[in-house]
Parts: sequence; C-alpha cells; structure tokens
Amino acid sequence: MNTANLKPAPSIDPDSAPYWDALNAGRLIIKSCVDCGKAHFYPRELCPHCHSDNLSWIEASGRGVIYSFTVCRRSAGPAFADEVPYVVALIDLPEGPRMMSRITGDPSDVAIGRQVDVRFERQSEELVLPFFEMLEEQR
Amino acid sequence: MDEAVIVGVAEEPLTKGVFAIPASPLQAQARVAKAALAKAGLTLADVDGLCTANLWGLPGAGILPTITLSEYLGIIPTFHDGTNFGGAAFEAHVAHAALALERKQADVILIVYGSAQKSERSRNLGGRPANLTFQFETPWGLPTPAGGYALAAMRHMHEFGTRREDLAEIAVAARQWAALNPRATQRGPLSIDDVLNAPPVCDPLGVLDCCLVTDGAGAVVMTRASHAKALGVRPVYVRGYGQAATHWTIATAPDLTRLLPAEISSKRAMDMAGVGHDAIDLVQLYDSFTITTLMTLEALGFCQRGEGRAFVGGGRLAPGGEFPINTSGGGLSYCHPGMLGIFLLIEAVRQLLGDVEPDRQVNDVSTVLVHGTGGTLSSGATCILSVN
Repeated sequence: MNTANLKPAPSIDPDSAPYWDALNAGRLIIKSCVDCGKAHFYPRELCPHCHSDNLSWIEASGRGVIYSFTVCRRSAGPAFADEVPYVVALIDLPEGPRMMSRITGDPSDVAIGRQVDVRFERQSEELVLPFFEMLEEQR
Repeated sequence: MDEAVIVGVAEEPLTKGVFAIPASPLQAQARVAKAALAKAGLTLADVDGLCTANLWGLPGAGILPTITLSEYLGIIPTFHDGTNFGGAAFEAHVAHAALALERKQADVILIVYGSAQKSERSRNLGGRPANLTFQFETPWGLPTPAGGYALAAMRHMHEFGTRREDLAEIAVAARQWAALNPRATQRGPLSIDDVLNAPPVCDPLGVLDCCLVTDGAGAVVMTRASHAKALGVRPVYVRGYGQAATHWTIATAPDLTRLLPAEISSKRAMDMAGVGHDAIDLVQLYDSFTITTLMTLEALGFCQRGEGRAFVGGGRLAPGGEFPINTSGGGLSYCHPGMLGIFLLIEAVRQLLGDVEPDRQVNDVSTVLVHGTGGTLSSGATCILSVN
C-alpha cells in the first residue's frame, strides 16, 4: 500500500516558508543573528540566544555530525509502518544549530559522532525533506 | 502564616488498567473529587478553587477544562488554574493553590485529573500535528513520546557508559513496589532479562522501559492549616515548590543528558523549604521511561551527572533498598493514564500519613520530594511535602 500521502506534511506558514521554499529548490538554509552571530534552528522571528530581530538567512554547508539517534522498531502511526526499522537522528550542523532528520542507509552502521551530509528527498510537488546520509568513515 | 496544606487524596480503582466501574473522564473525576473531599469532611459545596490539566475532550469540551469540569460538578469556583505543561502540571497546581490559599484568594481547592485513554483506545505513537514548531519534527516519524526519550537514552549511554541493564534495574524496582500495591496494574514477577528481551520500541528502549497505558483518575484537596485543625484532619504541609520548562521539540533541548528543568525546579523548591538532600526521606518522581528516572535522580542532585548507573544498581531503588522511590510502582508498573503527576502527590501524602499497606510503608517518612516531568523531558515541577 502506498502510504506516502498519509504522512503528516508540514503546515507551512509565513515564518517557515523561506525554509521550505529553499528546500524545494535544493538548498538548506537556516536563520542567523546579525547581532550575536549565532545561528538557530528552527527559524524564528527573534534570535533565541539574544532576542534580537536583526536576523538573516544563511546557506548551510549541508554537513553535520550525529548527536544522537534511535532505530525506530515501531512507527509513529500507520503512515510510517512500511518503513520500520528507520533511523531518526539529531544532527549537529557546523553552523551551530541542531536539527532532527532521518539517516539513510543501514541502521546498524549508524553511530553517534558519524559525519553526515544532507540528501534532498522529494516527497511531493510541494515538499522536499532534508534527509542525511553517512559519509565514508575517516581512517 | 496560616500555611497551605493537603487534607485529602483519592484515586479511582482500576482492573487490568481500565476503570473497575466504567466511566467517562468526567464521571471518574466526579467520583475522586467527592472521595478526596470526604476524607477531610468536606463536600463539593465547600470548593471555591479548581485546578486541572487534561488530555480528554480535545478538540471539544476539553479545550476549556476548568469550565467544563465546574459546570459538570455544579460548582462556581472563584480561583481557576488550567496550567498544563504535561504530566508535571499537578505539582505546579499545588504551588499555585498554595499561593492562592495563603493570600486567602481561595479556601478549599480541588486538584483533579482523569483519563479513560485505555478504555477509549485513544493512545498511539503518532506525533503531534505538524504545525508551528512541530512542522520540523513530526514529518520524520519519530514515535511520540518514546522516541524523544530514546534519543536521550542513546546519548546518555554514549557519554557515560550507561547500559540497558542499568535502565532495566529501574523497571524491576518499580515492579517490585507494584507487587506490594494492590492498586497496581502490573504486579507479576519481572527480571532484568525480561526487560532486556522485551519487544523493542525505539532503540535502546524496549516496551518494558516504557510506562504503562492505563485509565486513571485522582484528586488532591488543599486548604489552610487552621481549617484542617477545625476539621480534625492531620495536614500535610507544602513547604517548597518550583517549576521550569526548556523545550518541547526534542532538537531544541539544551542538553539531552541533563534534565535542566528538574535541576532548576528542585533547587528552587529545596531552597524555599530550607532543606538539603539529607532532609528528604523519600522521593516520588515521574518515571515515564526508565531513562527518565535515571536522569531525574541525577538532576535532583541525589547523585552526580553520569553516575546514575551506579546509583540505581543492585536493587537500591527497590523495596528494602537503600534509596526507595516510587513506592506505588510508578508509571512503569502502577498506572499511567497519560499524565502521572497527581498520582505522585497521592502516594507521597499516603506515605507521609502512614496510609499504605504495612509492607509498602517506608520507615520514618516526614519529608517527601515529589518531582514531575512533562512533555519530552520538557518541563519540571517539584514540591516538598512534610508532616513536621
């Protein structure tokens, strides 16, 4: 059964539209504070670090490191049941923020500290999600 | 000062995790409200303050829960508190009720909770609707709330060498307490191996690392010490309280291995009560998952960060152990009707008043620390309760 159309899609709003629009064009952008210099995720109206409204969008490198992960043996409702087991992870971006994503590839290879790279996966005409894939382990 | 006190508690009996006498969430709350008030010789006609947090009736009558409840109960409270930051809300209600009572803004306050989630089969692992902050998490399919706690457990293992066996100790201790509690839902024998071999949910957590899904209803009645004396009821004093919350989306947690809300709220509560760790005779804490217990004990300061593993080992939390906690069996084995916070208060009051089965009674309990955690390691609220 194709359950893709049952999956919860983001309710895009004026706050988040630039982020989702950029993903749809194959770019990962995040918000950064012009005053304190810190980036944040998810995008907000005020910097969560210093509360300035002087913010700009910056292009993320697309690189990241796995901060933590879990192999989901049960799914978040029937929409994801076909995909079990799948790996949901928290990714630390070199720009500073942490974001949730999925790790593609073999779940048994996933480890905290592994380097990952963004991989844009189109879900529908309107939606691209930023998955991450593991880079070859450095020797 | 005429201090705020707890004068009555009650809960609705369960059979196999569902209400022994079938009930809607409102019916169950009406029963426990009446029963808790009766413990102090009070009735609903005496109640002028109402506190609740709820999961029932959403969307619908539950959106404005204190109004729906007061309508259903036939009362007109002049103090309402619908604070809801997850299962810890009831420890915050005690604080708010104490403030209102001591300022004489209310005379008798009812704190009440009820859920028929198991009877209604309304609970699943699906995430919140993908709007606002959750639009960045729900589309990934992380089971809720187990997945968020699994992320914390995985990181805790990575940083501190915590093992699944250590977490299993917590589930086994909870079960041993539940075996002594006739009200508890899961009372059968449980071994470390049983926990390790249980069906996995989200690595590293298996199904026996997770709290139960049950019905449940509970009530706590508060007034002032002078009123308790006039009623001839032995009071439980509220000596300190605190609360804090840091995040709900798990990616924005400041540090996944440090339960900051519990650090902040417990420090405030203990400072207010003027007590140190040595003065705490018993701890009741929110065990939504085994990892929650471990991280809460570290955050409350009963052991150092990263040392929870050694602290919980060797049956120390179990009956007869050096550091008994969650003497009801907790959310892991006693009951978990969506929110546990009010049941932690009920068990604390019973232990303080010597109102539990003799083999479950902890010796010389005069001060109890109650700590609730809500959301996904999101919020914390602490109460220091005492009979001295």
